[in-house]
Amino acid sequence: MCTVCGCGEGEVSMESHTHGEHAHAHSHEHAHEHDHSHGHEGLHDYGQGPAHAHAPGLSQARMVEIEENILGKNNEYAGANRRWLREHGVLALNLVSSPGSGKTTLLTRTISDLAADADLPVAVIEGDQQTANDAERIRATGATALQINTGKGCHLDGHMVGHAIETLAPEDDSLLFVENVGNLVCPAAFDLGENHKVVILSVTEGEDKPLKYPDMFAAADLMLINKIDLLPYLDFDLDACIENARKVNPGIRVLSVSATTGEGMGAWYEWIRAARQFARVGS
Amino acid sequence: MHEMALSESVLQSIERSARADGFARVLSVHLEIGALAGVDAEAMRFSFDAVSRGTLAEDARLEISRVPGEAWCLPCGHTVQIANRFDPCPECGSHQLQVTGGQDMLLKSLEVA
Repeated sequence: MCTVCGCGEGEVSMESHTHGEHAHAHSHEHAHEHDHSHGHEGLHDYGQGPAHAHAPGLSQARMVEIEENILGKNNEYAGANRRWLREHGVLALNLVSSPGSGKTTLLTRTISDLAADADLPVAVIEGDQQTANDAERIRATGATALQINTGKGCHLDGHMVGHAIETLAPEDDSLLFVENVGNLVCPAAFDLGENHKVVILSVTEGEDKPLKYPDMFAAADLMLINKIDLLPYLDFDLDACIENARKVNPGIRVLSVSATTGEGMGAWYEWIRAARQFARVGS
Repeated sequence: MHEMALSESVLQSIERSARADGFARVLSVHLEIGALAGVDAEAMRFSFDAVSRGTLAEDARLEISRVPGEAWCLPCGHTVQIANRFDPCPECGSHQLQVTGGQDMLLKSLEVA
């Protein structure tokens, strides 16, 4: 069983980008054990248990203090990813949204438009429960991509992404997109070591989504409102949507885009270049 | 339903602790869940019950204590309690709140035999 992920290790599979279809359930042998001190003093003093009992046969119940953050292990993996990314000057963006917001279309358009910039190589980690369809769509643009299938898992975690980075080996000073499993709930809790979470909301969804799924909008640094070419046909209140997002996260930046027509995409690329500069300066 | 993944994580902490401390059975598990942790207590009970079957924590009582969400209000400077991330400051009505507490889930302690 993977450290933080609820899916069985036989269910998570990661394709190797050199072997196309060959998905393998990787083993999880490394670094799952570490010597924790949980403060054992007095633990073998059976008289200290709630039953205060010394006689055999009586209840020997006792308290063990743990004080452990449940996400602590994931955060360790995420921290290791973050260190690696910083050392290699890689900007990692974790794209999160509901299914159907247009993440993959946005990503393929972004990669094609940025391809002119030879200075900015792109790699992609694709997360879905099943199929390698999205990674194939990305590869069609010429970018390197690796598909992770989470099986029954509803999110990517720091451990899966660590392995994916190992396999993908993104170039120094490149751009790494992580397209998370389409889900506005669970991926909010799992740090992957990324520089920024970018939440994508399409105008065919409700403008109250930031209030319905506040954790995700609180965790994101940028909100992309996608499919704005459809606004004339919909009853979607753009200002109310932005206001809702700012109630949850006063500091969130917002860009309105259409990955289909290209409207607003220039600002998104400016944001990426600015974020990349920040990622490369300082520590 | 990431509560299933979190339950797995809790169980792994328990198993690590059992190896270190040499206990064979867990009678109760004390979790502390922040109001802003994005964790549903009922879903946690359901999934912990499922993942603990056949383990040393089978039938263990899950005691869940809640920690309120806490935030610092930039405009008025008060530290306030909030139930949701989109709540306004109860003192001044501003949404410019910096969340400072109630975002974590902790495994506090175990009652073991």
